[in-house]
Amino acid sequence: MALLSIQNVSVSYGKAEAVRNVSLEVDRGQIVTVIGPNGAGKTSLLTSVIGMIPAAGRVIFDGTDITALPTEDRIEMGFCLVPERRELFADMSVYDNLLLGAYTRRDGSAAIKASMEEVYGRFPRLRERRAQKAGTLSGGERQMLALGRALMAKPKLLMLDEPSLGLAPLITREIFKIIASLHETGVSILLVEQNARAALETAGFGYVMETGEIVHSGSSATLIDDPRLISTYLGGGASH
Amino acid sequence: MNAQIAAILAIDGIASGAIYVLIAIGFVLIFAVTRIIFVPFGDITAFTALTLASLENKQMPGTVGMVAVLAVMATLMEVFSLWRKGALGKIPAALFFYLALPLIPAAIAWATAGTLLPTPLRLLLTVAVILPIAPLLNRIVYQPIADATVLLLLIVSVALHFAMSGLGLLFFGPEGVRTQSLVDFTTFIAGTPVSGQAMLILGSAIFFSFLLYLFFNFTLYGKALHATAINRTGARLMGIRPQQACTIAFLLGSVLAAVSGILIAPVNTIFYDSGFLIGLKSFVGAIIGGMVSFPVTAIGSMFVGILEGFAAFLSSPFKDVIVFSILIPVLLWRSYTLVHAEEEDEE
Ligand SMILES: Nc1ncnc2c1ncn2[C@@H]1O[C@H](COP(=O)(O)OP(=O)(O)OP(=O)(O)O)[C@@H](O)[C@H]1O
Ligand SMILES: [Mg+2]
Repeated sequence: MALLSIQNVSVSYGKAEAVRNVSLEVDRGQIVTVIGPNGAGKTSLLTSVIGMIPAAGRVIFDGTDITALPTEDRIEMGFCLVPERRELFADMSVYDNLLLGAYTRRDGSAAIKASMEEVYGRFPRLRERRAQKAGTLSGGERQMLALGRALMAKPKLLMLDEPSLGLAPLITREIFKIIASLHETGVSILLVEQNARAALETAGFGYVMETGEIVHSGSSATLIDDPRLISTYLGGGASH
Repeated sequence: MNAQIAAILAIDGIASGAIYVLIAIGFVLIFAVTRIIFVPFGDITAFTALTLASLENKQMPGTVGMVAVLAVMATLMEVFSLWRKGALGKIPAALFFYLALPLIPAAIAWATAGTLLPTPLRLLLTVAVILPIAPLLNRIVYQPIADATVLLLLIVSVALHFAMSGLGLLFFGPEGVRTQSLVDFTTFIAGTPVSGQAMLILGSAIFFSFLLYLFFNFTLYGKALHATAINRTGARLMGIRPQQACTIAFLLGSVLAAVSGILIAPVNTIFYDSGFLIGLKSFVGAIIGGMVSFPVTAIGSMFVGILEGFAAFLSSPFKDVIVFSILIPVLLWRSYTLVHAEEEDEE
């Protein structure tokens, strides 16, 4: 059974429907990507799946129907979102941000220290800056901190909303490399991206979202060669 | 006024300033985590003094009835909302936290009415009886409107203050009280007499500020509370429950208010409605700190206390007039130099 199963989810802001009847699945150990132009509803989808905004439809995580659960319960189950705006604790140190990432863990401070070392190993830059306030980090460092903080929770499923947003190509490549390597640790990933080519190269399966709906889906290999997707790569279907 | 008198006034002012520091820090703490300007906070201080006085007189404090009423209301609301959500499994926990836990100290106070407890126990019981009031008010009044604007929350707070004053009159009656001194000695520092009570007040303010500092900087819960204050969305995504954080903030604030109530009870006569003015002066200290900075808040509250000491010497009946008149330009100056907390808050 899939680790995450999103069934007929719709999100509305007042009358405007940002997400319409979206269904998708993430299997254990899989990286799945959702790509699509600006305003397609990707962020709305992730935000509703983590329970921060109300939505219609059902969400099944790890065999449990979590549709009615508050966000915090979902986090405790090993579900995690790195939101588009990162939502770091700007006034706190890098170290404290990471520590709070492990807030729901109950496996003792030794295990949490070990995770901290692991994160520092993955992002040496964060170790150098561990006493610095998160709000004073550079854009790329902030991205790393957001990712590191999420990893501190040891999630089963990690949802990443545009991890390459606003980054230089070199760091973008670095981030995607890290995402691919995370996969080897057994965490499943749902990756939302504008950078469609890099996302499809990292993921095993992809969905294409346009104006709130899934319009294509398939294995990354087939999507990457799909001529119909060229228009999406260029920034939007005919409906825009 | 010679130097000797000035020194005596300054010490008096520092003592009342230290009390304002405790309350003002509570204001800032509660505001940072919950965005609520908890106007009835001064009432908690006054109720503490009244509770302590009742216990001293071997009477059952009015707080018992007040806590009982609030606990029953909060429990009904919580059970009803759980029932509507279909989360019946959580009802036993709700009964424990909203009904049993607040009523335990109240029940002890009720059972021991008529006997004079030893002082440390009496103080402890006073604090324990007072502690549940603010968290219960949070559940009853603020939780249903948790997403409202700061302004709406403030208006509700003002209304709540008047409701609390009414309850205070109902449960404590109109008489003023003054409790026994906790310490009874006077020392001379550089020729100026300093009462033990003044030293106790200042020491307590420093001690509790330091405890709070340790809590926020060195414990996970303290950091979680700080995180909730900085970024609620981020905190929720870490699995930190904002309502739990609010409850903890109200509890910690209540500890500060209760301590200040115990400290002020032997030096000022306290009535059921004395809390408002004490709260307002502390609130001014908190405003000087921009509702964000604990150190500036402490300095501001000290300033208010000292100002009050000197104003009382110039003209006792006009002391509040003098204090607030001098504060207006100070507040104007602060409002020009501060980056407002609310502006960052609207995100
Ligand atoms: N809080 C909100 N209130 C009203 N409309 C909103 C709100 N949030 C998003 N929308 C609208 O919903 C639609 C989808 O937005 P969303 O942020 O989900 O898109 P996205 O696919 O993440 O876009 P991008 O790639 O630019 O991040 C947009 O038209 C947006 O204007
Ligand atoms: Mg988005």
